[in-house]
Amino acid sequence: MHELADAYRRGDVTPTAAAEAYLARIEKLDGRVGAYLTVTREQALAAAKAAEGRYRSKAPRGPLDGVPIALKDLLCTRGVRTTCASKILENFVPPYDATVVERLAAAGAVMLGKTNLDEFAMGSSTEHSAFQPTRNPWDLARVPGGSSGGSAAAVAADLAAGALGSDTGGSIRQPAAFCGVVGFKPTYGRVSRYGLVAFASSLDQIGPLAKDVRDAALLLGAIAGPDPHDSTSVNEPVADYAAALDGGVGGLRIGVPREYFTEGVDPDVQRSVRQAIAVLCELGATTQEISLPTTDYGIAVYYLIAPAEASSNLARYDGVKYGLRAAGAKDLIDMYGRTRAVGFGAEVKRRIMLGAYALSAGYYDAYYGRAQKVRTLVRRDFEAAFAQVDLIVAPTAPNVAFKHGEKEDPLAMYLNDVFTVPANLAGIPAVSVRCGFSAGGLPIGLQLIGKPLDEPTVLRAAYAYEQATRWLERRPNLG
Amino acid sequence: MIDLRDVEHVARLARLALSEAEKARLQAELSAILSYIDKLKELDVEGVEPTSHAVPLVDVMREDEVQPCLPREAMMANAPDRAREFFRVPRIIED
Repeated sequence: MHELADAYRRGDVTPTAAAEAYLARIEKLDGRVGAYLTVTREQALAAAKAAEGRYRSKAPRGPLDGVPIALKDLLCTRGVRTTCASKILENFVPPYDATVVERLAAAGAVMLGKTNLDEFAMGSSTEHSAFQPTRNPWDLARVPGGSSGGSAAAVAADLAAGALGSDTGGSIRQPAAFCGVVGFKPTYGRVSRYGLVAFASSLDQIGPLAKDVRDAALLLGAIAGPDPHDSTSVNEPVADYAAALDGGVGGLRIGVPREYFTEGVDPDVQRSVRQAIAVLCELGATTQEISLPTTDYGIAVYYLIAPAEASSNLARYDGVKYGLRAAGAKDLIDMYGRTRAVGFGAEVKRRIMLGAYALSAGYYDAYYGRAQKVRTLVRRDFEAAFAQVDLIVAPTAPNVAFKHGEKEDPLAMYLNDVFTVPANLAGIPAVSVRCGFSAGGLPIGLQLIGKPLDEPTVLRAAYAYEQATRWLERRPNLG
Repeated sequence: MIDLRDVEHVARLARLALSEAEKARLQAELSAILSYIDKLKELDVEGVEPTSHAVPLVDVMREDEVQPCLPREAMMANAPDRAREFFRVPRIIED
């Protein structure tokens, strides 16, 4: 992405030529990858033409001007169908743009289209899309991870220069790890959620998926900052993330949590992450073992809080104001029930049911109430750790990309998020970067987790690691 | 630990018209998930404050001023059924 913007400035390439090249590549390859649900050719070419004019008059808007990007189809785009990969929103055309979409447009970015996801972002494989599976560009028989699997696959297969996703329990970082791209989940509230279709409001956060750390920093810088439309957005100044990349990791204290290196973790993943930690040490960081004792309870907390919030958020899909309405209802209540029965897929129904159960009379204290208290313990674990270290380094996922259909059991799928969920529960920033490959040639993700609002340190360490290694030279072969 | 009647009760609360096969499957799946979640009982949370939001924000205030909003027609454009400026729904009140 940043190389493209440099080429525009030099006049070697024009935004129109770049947009056309990406659209042609999508046309040629996306039939096999399945990253996009909607390709916005006309809008892309119009935006590219406008950017081209700005470069010609030597007045580009900044480092994203004319850069072709993709958006997870959970972000509202005015006049462009936004489905959440759900039948219930198959024909929904939002009347407004999400704040992040507005900000990227203002920065001159060119939207190529909307990417696939697990329905309403509920899943870890992008197999739960109502419309199509997305395939991992490194091995088409495998999943790209999820829920932002379309965005991760698009970036990995070079069907977009960069992308946005959303992360509720790992939905940016886990697909980034599986597809070998950079995926950044910011501090809760760092990026406005206005226009992000709500899944679990106290956990959801929008962030970039990018080819390298610099691109991730540029995208994050463009979308971060307070927004009057989101009262949970944090009213703190936004650092210059790209400027924060340099400086290295000399003297940085890095914590290695022992709970993230257990028997269940794939040996290839353990080896690559250990080697990455050694690289950070060679670069001048110091490491120490730390403990995050509640790690093993994260999934249980998450699968109460997220479904509970989802069951409430998804109550709005009732077939009245927008979205699908089932025919043949005998009365209003019947219409609600039928609409939701045909509109939602199996995973969404499962989570609505789980959440509604956890919130129902007699169970609230035992489930939701207890989960919120354990969430405090998870947060305290991180607070205690960050009293000793500046950054935590761990695997992003316990394994590399699995095969389509391999995880039929919902609980087995949920457990794949064991190392990503805690950062959402604590609301802290975390990134996944490529740190090697399995014996079978699949990318492995290194996760760097930081203090609240300390995005600059997370990015700086990730950048230092990326610059010291050559993993990015390998690319998926799609012919 | 969760029986079919529980499933039916929650489905009614959630306004989901489930098939018999879906109910049976959900009964098994939700039971398995809830028994996993039971591990939270191992932890002592006596006296622990709940966390409902990751960042402590309190009472974000703004001036109560009239702001432009989307026109009615834009908000109605996605309605599955409408009559003039109203959303039309199946009959609620009997004759």
